[in-house]
Amino acid sequence: MIGIEHYVVVSSILFVLGVLGIFLNRKNVIVILMAIELILLAVNINLVAFSSFLGDLTGQIFAMFVLTVAAGEAAVGLAILVVYYRGRGSIAVDDINRMKG
Amino acid sequence: MDWSQSLRLIAPEETLSIAGLVLLLVAAWSGDKASRLISILAVAALVAAAFLVAPALCAGAMGPETSAFFGQFRADAFASFAKILIYLSAAASLVIAPAFFERFKAMRAEYPVLVLFAALGMGIMVSAGDLVTLYIGLEMNSLAAYVLAAFLRPDDRSAEAGLKYFVLGALASGILLFGMSLIYGFTGTVSFTGINAALAGGLSHGALFGVVFILVGLAFKVSAVPFHMWTPDVYEGAPTPVTTFFATAPKVAALGLTMRVMLDAFGDQAAAWQQIVVFIALASIVVGALGAIGQSNIKRLMAYSSINNVGFILIGLAVATPQGASAMLVYLAIYVAMTLGGFVAVLMLKDENGAFVENIPSLAGLSRTRPALALGLAMIMFSLAGIPPLFGFWGKFVVFQAAVQADFIALAALGIAASVIGAFYYIKIVKIMYFDEPADVVKGESDIWHKIILVACVVFISPLGYLLAKWLGGLADVAAASLFFAL
Repeated sequence: MIGIEHYVVVSSILFVLGVLGIFLNRKNVIVILMAIELILLAVNINLVAFSSFLGDLTGQIFAMFVLTVAAGEAAVGLAILVVYYRGRGSIAVDDINRMKG
Repeated sequence: MDWSQSLRLIAPEETLSIAGLVLLLVAAWSGDKASRLISILAVAALVAAAFLVAPALCAGAMGPETSAFFGQFRADAFASFAKILIYLSAAASLVIAPAFFERFKAMRAEYPVLVLFAALGMGIMVSAGDLVTLYIGLEMNSLAAYVLAAFLRPDDRSAEAGLKYFVLGALASGILLFGMSLIYGFTGTVSFTGINAALAGGLSHGALFGVVFILVGLAFKVSAVPFHMWTPDVYEGAPTPVTTFFATAPKVAALGLTMRVMLDAFGDQAAAWQQIVVFIALASIVVGALGAIGQSNIKRLMAYSSINNVGFILIGLAVATPQGASAMLVYLAIYVAMTLGGFVAVLMLKDENGAFVENIPSLAGLSRTRPALALGLAMIMFSLAGIPPLFGFWGKFVVFQAAVQADFIALAALGIAASVIGAFYYIKIVKIMYFDEPADVVKGESDIWHKIILVACVVFISPLGYLLAKWLGGLADVAAASLFFAL
């Protein structure tokens, strides 16, 4: 029998993978965008699982909002990335270092 | 509670969203040559929205008649106080922008529209009555802010600032959201009053994780230590009018949101999160003060100064009393004036070709070449350091008073001790301006709007500001009372 705790464990693993993906990745900004998406999807699993477990629709509506915002966030992120690439000619994470201190 | 009542309560939000959409169409239709007209109309919309929220603050609105859409949205005195600060600082960052962007031929018609949508999102943040409203407001503000940071196309530091802000902001939203999903799962509701009622029996482990995640996400947004690392880079890289905006309005919104969530949804569980806030506050004060010492870029220095000030403001949250909340609001109002004045003074530093000067050694001897500007900047620096005759001292005084009255004497003592470290780098700027050999770099003419705003801010933070202290304190008390009013 698969219970609520299985869902929470899966979503926690995905969340941690997403956060590690942001911090451990030294190659490419696109990978960071995917890691952010992974975090938001982990949250959605949580929300839908809790919603079904509690028999309360709010969580599923919340998940819809999160999906919509995630789409907007990806659009804005990619647009900024394109502007950045035009100026610098590279999207390697190690190259994002014009400002330090 | 019927719909017409709810729609009346969100009048400022309606004004801003309609104005934003119409102005976006105008921008699409007539292009960048209409940017001046769009800026004027956007400022008018923000001022109109500020007038629409003012009555709720003056009347001290609180209780059930201020909650719209079944408690999802609150138009109480607290929200009004924060919204007035937000709308006015957004309007100020529109007024100072054209003179900056015209230098780069980069004044685009979308800039006022983005600021308008960001202000709308911030208004929703401070009015949130449940977690969904909170998230929508937060993202509305953040998505506009990411674009604004990357707005200056000719400067590739700007794109880098936008990218960094985007990645860390999205991470913060993710962490916050994960916490909210846990809170929803362990309490079964998303409304703040519902969460407070559901947690009355004590925090379960899952809910405690949720509270910590939410606190971490919010700490990112207010740039409190240990989640401050994006702030100096974003403040340095973003165009200066946008930095002015980031340092004022979103700070008010994010701190207002933090107060709303922590004192409303988790108010009865204060013992569980007070320790964390105490740590964050002290760490912000110390790191903000130490980090600023070695900086040679004035915008980076102001970034550390804002981290430092957020630490002082969070002391008011750590005590979790109405007095602490009221002190936070007073401090926020004074902080907005000081920061606005500080960044406008930075905008006025131009060399003979009209290029903007940002490095601190170029300020040497400013008192001899531009005495008025040097005096204004010096007063702002003394005020940020909290030196008594200036109004900045009053903000620190009320916060520490609230801490002492709530028996957080050790916290107050440590905070006062750490504020001495901060005074060092503020006074260093004054020393460079007044006692060093003139570098003779700053010569450019200033825009008339920059002068007006700088003079207004300097008069507010001068000892004349104390004439307003009683009035400001009264408004903040009413606002704090409405925050603590149990629905």
